[in-house]
Amino acid sequence: MAENRDMAIEVTGLRTKYGDREVLKGLTFAIPKAKTTVILGGSGCGKSTLLKHLIGLLKPSEGTIKILGREITGLTDPEMDEVRKKMGVLFQGSALLNSMTIAENVALPIKEHTKIEDDPMQIMVRMKLDQVGLSGFGHFYPSQLSGGMKKRAGLARALALDPEMLFFDEPSAGLDPVTAAGLDALILKLQKAFRMTIVVVTHELPSVFTIADYVIMLDKGQVLFFGPLVELKASDHPRIRQFLERRWEEEEYSPDDYFKMIAGDEIS
Amino acid sequence: MAFTLLKDITDASRIINQSFYWTFVSPFRGKPVRIRATISEMVKTGYNSVPIVAVISFFVGIILALQAAYQLKRVGALIYVANLVGVSLTRELSPILTAIIVSGRSGSSFAAEIGSMKAAEEVDALVTMGINPVRFLVSPKLLALMVMVPALTILSDVIGILGGFLLSTSVLEINAYNYYQQTLNALLVKDVFTGLIKAWAFGIVITIVGAYQGFKVEGGAEEVGRRTTSSVVISIFLVIVFDLFFTTLFYYFT
Repeated sequence: MAENRDMAIEVTGLRTKYGDREVLKGLTFAIPKAKTTVILGGSGCGKSTLLKHLIGLLKPSEGTIKILGREITGLTDPEMDEVRKKMGVLFQGSALLNSMTIAENVALPIKEHTKIEDDPMQIMVRMKLDQVGLSGFGHFYPSQLSGGMKKRAGLARALALDPEMLFFDEPSAGLDPVTAAGLDALILKLQKAFRMTIVVVTHELPSVFTIADYVIMLDKGQVLFFGPLVELKASDHPRIRQFLERRWEEEEYSPDDYFKMIAGDEIS
Repeated sequence: MAFTLLKDITDASRIINQSFYWTFVSPFRGKPVRIRATISEMVKTGYNSVPIVAVISFFVGIILALQAAYQLKRVGALIYVANLVGVSLTRELSPILTAIIVSGRSGSSFAAEIGSMKAAEEVDALVTMGINPVRFLVSPKLLALMVMVPALTILSDVIGILGGFLLSTSVLEINAYNYYQQTLNALLVKDVFTGLIKAWAFGIVITIVGAYQGFKVEGGAEEVGRRTTSSVVISIFLVIVFDLFFTTLFYYFT
């Protein structure tokens, strides 16, 4: 693995609990700069929770997260905002503000963090919309756009401050295969053009094979695999094979667990 | 149970704390409140409530005059209808009626708006853009209600007294000039003023409760509905609690 200076994100010993349930059980990994890293895993493996930690929405119970060399778990809100200016996030439902037009949505972070005059800002907004292929849609409201267009608009907003890092939460969720492939192509294009660090959370295999340079695979709150995509494909770990070959296996109870289950106790 | 109650209290105090910070402290540190959003909230919460507040206050003015006359007629003191209508409206009924109408119209819409934004990850999106959601969403509403609830209360005072006046001069056949003089003599500046202080406090209560319930939404649409309902119930309850507090205070100290 490369040296620390080439790492955009370094996570060590990350643990998180929701009440008594431990969701992330001591994750340690690093995400390299200027590459696309995919966080992969089945439903309920903790990948969305992990993403929320990386973008500073949740604080871990234990462990450290370094973003661009800066430890973020102990930062105050204004300090965290400085880090956040360097990252853009595209949420699963695109999370555009419904009371504003697309152009106003894209202009929002620019207005908040810079003192750019209105006219140049409008030019910036049109450039961002053009980058995601939405020229001429600025005056539409989010409710008037299709799911794929909303995602693109959300992406334009995430790009507004020219971030060094981009995070995607399930970019292809709720899209048809063609639109999803279009979004993947857009991610590839952005990565090539701006050499951004891109982190994508997904469980869509076709998308993983198209965009990923590195893969982090999570299983039950633990890192199952971390490395380049080729190594993932070559891996013979049974859980990874099962995931890649889309095989469904019934989980078998041990006699003890079965007894606990019928007795109404939680299975650990 | 005790744990969740404790968490509710800390969450509520955090919202109160942040709302006041982002509305009154941070503007002096170079982060102004969104003026345009504030004006638009004022239009939605204040201007658009004018018809309903006016109609209800007018009716309540008439009702008060009738109820007062029912008693006062027997002791031959019909002219005191003016005192009763004027004082009870300005000191008590206008602020509380206005607050209840605003809870129903605006408090619920605050909870629904913030709640559905929370459910659609829009609040998270604001945070990741480095925009504080309380500053972005709550401060304009807080300022709007702090201005508009007292303003609507003044409107309610005027229209309510007008209602009482119209009924008294027509049905009760009180001389219009006498009624007018009697009202002026009965009303003290402090009656109107204490009413407005209450109204101002009610505006704060309604905003905070609506925002708190909105930010509490974790799940989806069903919870938004539930939180909206409880925002109305809780804000009406708290408005009455605060009313009791202020009325007691004013009884002893003015």
